[in-house]
Amino acid sequence: MTERRNGRSHPLLELTLARLREFVREPEALFWAFVFPIIMSVALAAAFPARGARPVAVGLVPGPAAEAVRRALGAAEGIALRDLSPRDEARALREGEVHLVVVPTEPPTYRFDPARGESRAARLAVDQALKRAAGRPEPWTAREEPIAVPGSRYVDWLIPGLVGMNVMSTGMWGIGFSVVQARLRKILKRLVASPMRKRDYLLAQMLARIVFLAPEVAVPLAFGALVLGMPIEGSIAAIAVVSLVGGLSFTGLGLLTASRPRTLEAISGILNLTMLPMWVVSGVFFSTANFPGALQPFIQALPLTALNDALRAVILEGATVGAVGGELLLLAIWGAVPFLLALRLFRWV
Amino acid sequence: MPHPFAVRCERVTKRYGDLVAVDALSLTVERGECFGLLGPNGAGKTTTIESFEGLLTPDEGDVEVLGLRWRTDGAALRQRLGIQLQETRLAEKLTVEETLRLFRAFYDRGRPVEELLRLVELESKRASWVGKLSGGQRQRLAVACALAGTPDLLFLDEPTTGLDPQARRQLWGVLERFRAGGGTIVITTHYMDEAEALCDRVAVIDHGRIITQGRPKDLIETLGAPRVVTRHGTLEDVFMALTGRHLRDD
Repeated sequence: MTERRNGRSHPLLELTLARLREFVREPEALFWAFVFPIIMSVALAAAFPARGARPVAVGLVPGPAAEAVRRALGAAEGIALRDLSPRDEARALREGEVHLVVVPTEPPTYRFDPARGESRAARLAVDQALKRAAGRPEPWTAREEPIAVPGSRYVDWLIPGLVGMNVMSTGMWGIGFSVVQARLRKILKRLVASPMRKRDYLLAQMLARIVFLAPEVAVPLAFGALVLGMPIEGSIAAIAVVSLVGGLSFTGLGLLTASRPRTLEAISGILNLTMLPMWVVSGVFFSTANFPGALQPFIQALPLTALNDALRAVILEGATVGAVGGELLLLAIWGAVPFLLALRLFRWV
Repeated sequence: MPHPFAVRCERVTKRYGDLVAVDALSLTVERGECFGLLGPNGAGKTTTIESFEGLLTPDEGDVEVLGLRWRTDGAALRQRLGIQLQETRLAEKLTVEETLRLFRAFYDRGRPVEELLRLVELESKRASWVGKLSGGQRQRLAVACALAGTPDLLFLDEPTTGLDPQARRQLWGVLERFRAGGGTIVITTHYMDEAEALCDRVAVIDHGRIITQGRPKDLIETLGAPRVVTRHGTLEDVFMALTGRHLRDD
């Protein structure tokens, strides 16, 4: 950037550089921004292997027909059988170590939680295998055509949601903490005692954030694509636009939450209060469709819902920027209104 | 012709709940002088100087700085003032040079960073993080930030509190160089020797009011007659004579 007379450069540039320098000189901040998404992705890779369907886990407790059940289920495909003592049974079910427990009575007893999808699948598989072993004739055998629909696995759906969540939380924590700390140390007071323009300070926080947005989005997406085989249908440019608008949106909200608090405890509470509902309802880990219709207008109006929907549409369905225009507009409003409010409410002294 | 007064305030009052921090205080600071606000902790020195600096608005009264008022000419006024606040900790992970470059960027006119470094004798520390500086170096950096815009008027709030004698003298040297260039200083302190060494005039404040003001020498002659023959009177004696208390009784 050009320098003006007497070595003076632009205040917005200097404020942005100051924020960036403080950030890269803070090892903890770097960890959350870069190392954490990688660890998260590695954990996901371990939890969701790229190939092969996972067998259902079935527990067998002792009983009169245990040997027959063991033979029948041991030979069946897609069932992983393990022995359980009656004492361990409840715990194994609760913690998801097994999806169903077979008690080898005559006829057998199944113990499972029908609210869990995996348990219902396990019930069907076990029931079929045992009845076949007992000599039930098959009326016919259906022709199976396994289709691997790209992007239809849970992990493919999950990764864009995690990226959206990360954009939200690093943006809001990063801005919230640095601003409140500057207030605590009276750096804000010193800055407004100078002729600095207040909006330059707030804009610099947003600009500095943008610089680190690219790696924060790119690392988990690249990991998902290269290691987990997640498809990336949309263009890189469209992903960049959505991430940029989303990132800016949450910096606006971050500035608003940081505009009044005087202590780190207060800002932590406010940030959690703001973000926790969105972690739950905005479709990070499970679809927003799980919530009742009465809540939908509220859920759909949240910025994280808009960001996650837009990211998934672009990444998984190849949507263009135009196709996610509605979400982008909503995000822009969520960025601009809080920014303007923050400018008015901001406590400098 | 420039406005004759650097600061003129009339019956300024500031309350915090039931506490009257500044009580109908009036004073004038002339151009080119160094004016000291003296008093014990809690006397109202910081409230007074911050109302001059436009950082807080008095409940009553009128403040005029360099012939301008905060309400109407705030932005223009900021360009002409240098401010050092009590207990500001500048960003610890920026270097001295980066900090000065940042503050320099806020002013339309001002000194190059090189000159600021030389002025406060921090050339050798230019690449050090602010967090690694000694107390005296930090205070000189704070003053350098205040001088970044070649101010007409410099406000300093307890700039040498907690510094060792050598660091204090080094800072006084910086302030004397600013004075030599025709600048005006308003400084708060509770060090009497500092006021005697630097100030043309002082106002002694207690409970938010001015209890006396004048040239340090005159005050000492009229009020602080030395009680020990071998020692000259000090402003401490003046304060004692007026209030029966020591200045640094907290």
